[in-house]
Amino acid sequence: MKLTLKIWRQKNAKAKGEIVEYPLDGIEEDMSFLEMLDVLNEGLINKGDLPVSFDHDCREGICGSCSLYINGEAHGPDRGVPTCQLHMRMFKDGDTIYIEPFRAKAFPVIKDLVVDRSAFDRIQHAGGFVSINTSGKPTDANAIPIPKHDADRAFDAATCIGCGACVASCKNSSAMLFVSAKVSQYALLPQGKVEAADRVLNMVAQMDAEGFGNCTNTGACEVECPKGISLENIARMNREYLSASLKG
Amino acid sequence: MAKSALLKSSIAKKVAMALSGLFLILFLAQHFFINSTSVFSPDTFNSISHFMGNNPLVQFVIQPILIVGVIFHFVMGFVLDFKNRSARPINYIKNNGAANSSWASRNMIVSGAVVLAFILLHFYDFWVPEMVYKYVEVNPLNETRYFAELTHKFVSPVRTGIYCVSFLLLSLHLWHGFNSSFQSVGFNNKYSRSLHTLGYAFAIVVPFGFIFIALFHHFNH
Amino acid sequence: MALDSKIPNGPIADKWTNYKDHINLVNPANKRNIDIIVVGTGLAGSSAAATLAELGYNVKTFCFQDSPRRAHSIAAQGGINAAKNYQGDGDSTFRLFYDTVKGGDYRSREANVHRLAEVSVNIIDQCVMQGVPLAREYGGLLDNRSFGGTLVARTFYAKGQTGQQLLLGAYSAMNRQIGRGKIKSYTRHEMQDLVVVDGKARGIIARDLVTGEIERHSAHAVVIASGGYGNVFFLSTYAMGSNATAAWKIHKKGAFFANPCYTQIHPTCIPVSGDHQSKLTLMSESLRNDGRIWVPAKLEDAKSIREGKLKPTQIAEADRDYYLERRYPAFGNLVPRDIASRAAKERCDAGFGVNKTGEAVYLDFAAAIERYGKEQAYVKGLDANDAALITKLGAALVANKYGNLFQMYEKIVDENPYTTPMMIYPAVHYTMGGTWVDYNLQTTIPGCFSIGESNFSDHGANRLGASALMQGLADGYFVLPYTIGDYLAPDIKTGKISTDLPEFIEAEKNVKARIDQFINNNGTHSVDYFHKKLGKIMWNKVGMARNAKGLNEAIVEIAALREEFYKDVKVPGDANSFNQELDKAGRVADFLELGELFAKDALHRNESCGGHFREEYQSEDGEAQRDDENFAYVAAWEYMGKPSEAVLHKEPLVYDNVKLVTRSYK
Repeated sequence: MKLTLKIWRQKNAKAKGEIVEYPLDGIEEDMSFLEMLDVLNEGLINKGDLPVSFDHDCREGICGSCSLYINGEAHGPDRGVPTCQLHMRMFKDGDTIYIEPFRAKAFPVIKDLVVDRSAFDRIQHAGGFVSINTSGKPTDANAIPIPKHDADRAFDAATCIGCGACVASCKNSSAMLFVSAKVSQYALLPQGKVEAADRVLNMVAQMDAEGFGNCTNTGACEVECPKGISLENIARMNREYLSASLKG
Repeated sequence: MAKSALLKSSIAKKVAMALSGLFLILFLAQHFFINSTSVFSPDTFNSISHFMGNNPLVQFVIQPILIVGVIFHFVMGFVLDFKNRSARPINYIKNNGAANSSWASRNMIVSGAVVLAFILLHFYDFWVPEMVYKYVEVNPLNETRYFAELTHKFVSPVRTGIYCVSFLLLSLHLWHGFNSSFQSVGFNNKYSRSLHTLGYAFAIVVPFGFIFIALFHHFNH
Repeated sequence: MALDSKIPNGPIADKWTNYKDHINLVNPANKRNIDIIVVGTGLAGSSAAATLAELGYNVKTFCFQDSPRRAHSIAAQGGINAAKNYQGDGDSTFRLFYDTVKGGDYRSREANVHRLAEVSVNIIDQCVMQGVPLAREYGGLLDNRSFGGTLVARTFYAKGQTGQQLLLGAYSAMNRQIGRGKIKSYTRHEMQDLVVVDGKARGIIARDLVTGEIERHSAHAVVIASGGYGNVFFLSTYAMGSNATAAWKIHKKGAFFANPCYTQIHPTCIPVSGDHQSKLTLMSESLRNDGRIWVPAKLEDAKSIREGKLKPTQIAEADRDYYLERRYPAFGNLVPRDIASRAAKERCDAGFGVNKTGEAVYLDFAAAIERYGKEQAYVKGLDANDAALITKLGAALVANKYGNLFQMYEKIVDENPYTTPMMIYPAVHYTMGGTWVDYNLQTTIPGCFSIGESNFSDHGANRLGASALMQGLADGYFVLPYTIGDYLAPDIKTGKISTDLPEFIEAEKNVKARIDQFINNNGTHSVDYFHKKLGKIMWNKVGMARNAKGLNEAIVEIAALREEFYKDVKVPGDANSFNQELDKAGRVADFLELGELFAKDALHRNESCGGHFREEYQSEDGEAQRDDENFAYVAAWEYMGKPSEAVLHKEPLVYDNVKLVTRSYK
């Protein structure tokens, strides 16, 4: 397979970046997208050029490290997978592929395709937890039965891998899908309900402070989310937020 | 939580957008109902218009609320759009928005701006003369003038054309806005599917109904 | 130096309780004056950090990823064991203890394993309270499944994402403490060296991977929770960034490294598809609950399949060899991992492999789909003879259980596992060996602790499925927070440790020199070039089956490769910026030393046990032959300047509660 890559290169956070074109040959269909970039980098190193920096780690679709905007879509054209599970069989011989970093004010570029997503961590610090002591003596795990339906929905929300594709694909760079997934997971479980009101208020306040845009319900995040996190969570967060504000 | 923090929050803003939008949808529905009578019965149209134009509750309570609602919805819309744009200072070089969202949802600001322009024209066409007629010139009551005024406006093909295009954009605005406002206030459950159908139906029936009325009068008078 | 494992006296069931009652504690006011560094934020690291911070210590955590949540514990799929006996199938703390010791082929420390089994129940309680959405039954209670090497169902799970959910739980506990200011989290930071002052671990040198800055961090104790060293094989199910640098640096500063040759090769991974491959993907062991493993019984069928002339679904039932069910009727497809892996290799070596490279076997769900389909048809009152309906119902149930795994398989291999059997092959997955620790989880350097996969303690020569998550969280939530207090109690008067001590300056200087060496080397080959070469040596000669000849060769080859690496490696870019090649260079340099010690350990252990299989030591029917008389000990290696000169220390393994017998799963 022969490809033309158009990749965003940027030396560091302050430098001005630009698209650089790289022709690439000898790519096989079975390769993952990141393995294709490995081949590119190996060639660049051997030529004495600087390899393209990109975030990646587990390469099995669960750590949420990889974060590329490929041909105008977060994680590329395949659905239900992050970039590391995108395979070259999704492309054709002779294709031109644009590769850009996730873009948002709250996700500044560190280098090339690597962005700083620590804003997500800070939102979690503000309330993404249940305030119980890990060293304490909790009650038995089966003391509070949880309807399977609720447990399953909480699980579905909890599968978010924190990759930031929702922010990257949203025309407003909104982080609502990410934040609402966490808010929902806890709001659906009896253990998390206790401090649900404070949680949603604090997490949303931090989300706003980080400079993410506002949700206008385009639904792009849900489509591009590699874990299929549902928009229902955003509606739930809106409800939770309203009732928490009115109570408070 | 302090009230100021609530008012500043992103979610509060979007709920406010949704509620004002829903309010305008209600207004649109009643406006459509009244206009549609013009097709069947000029007399009914005249008498309802007369009621609306002279009832103190409508004139001095509902009308100001409506105007505030319209202004709020537009101002907030522009403010939010500006903020949302600034959340991505550097744009993508290649972006494939169509892959994951509808044109209508991504371009509410465009359809909204066209509708705003239309409303300004509409105010100039109907509301300003009406206000002048009633409160500046203080003309005597005339319960039968409304139908003639309406049909008069649709004589010009240019004006009728602008009218039709504006309602096409309104249709797109509603196509996303109707259901979006329910999502914003947190309504997303097993009834949502039916509601979505209703929303899409509204987004088609009402604007195209307005267009039909315009064309009806254009060709019949 | 003699090894003191500090195992408390008394009956095994009381050891931990009695011990906890008598160890030194630090009073809450004094904890505020004590700093602890935790390196690594996987299950062990993040749970330890959260608990230590909660107790009042000042904690600093370090991870090379951009967020603590991305540590590779996140990728664990199948589940976590706990002796809850919710199913009432006869489980107990003793049985979990026994299964783990037996599964580890009698090479683990009894007292540690028993403690692990005891605290396992607390983990589940704890996680549920944290809002971890574990799978539930319709009655609202927790569900269980069974895993390899056990005869009870004690595995708790969250679909195929148990590790993710548990890690996010521990990360949330950490977030709470970060929000309170008790933990300072350093992300995109990598530990480069340990600082030892007056014989005690007093801090680390870390590199900020974004700016390239070298930083000194001091503390009263350092906890290493950096995971295993499986990436020494290059191809493994580990994350690309998983590395042994922290563990290896403390080894070079005096921490003994125990049993490096105990490596787990997981039987159910997606086979290698080509030379471009960068990593291997695991398919959860839970699949063996319902999948049946087979190869064609006839060589000519296997050949036709490899050539693409025959499809697996065309092979008649009678012409299939369900070799695990044939060889191990009692446990069948649920034999422990080491046994399942070797059995797959044995069949493939004999010419029955089923993919292009001849290195794959089938994992078939057809029988399960049919069985579940019939069950569902019965429950729903539908026609049990309608084959299409049965398949549809059965596939839906299988999708509910393993949907995400099947989807992952299909994305990678481009074949539908509902209609054609999966292809699987063993891959490096976990390392049982690691830093030697005593009962307190302290290494041979006072003040330096090692928890989770990075230590050696609980799994012996083979780890049972769903036990890694258990051990990581047990160490972090329930063991280390107690035992570290015993060490820190005399330290309350020490006060802040200065980072201007000569030891810090010296360590920082060495780190900088090493980095400069890489940057200025001007070689001709990339870091990956050497890493792949190392991986090939390791897999071919120190892999699933080893022999003295191959191991001797490997030792020589690795040493030579290491020399070539230092001469010829090419690291582009500079030291003062984000430079992923430089990060990799440091890690691979350490693997090149560790790999040699690994082979040396494998060579010295003249027996076959668990994940360590020496071809010279096997029975006539190919089963592993242990030598309890001569090798019932932990091999703890002391660094003496070069891996080849490492000195062996033995910690004898004493079994008072479990009788040593030949492991049988027949």
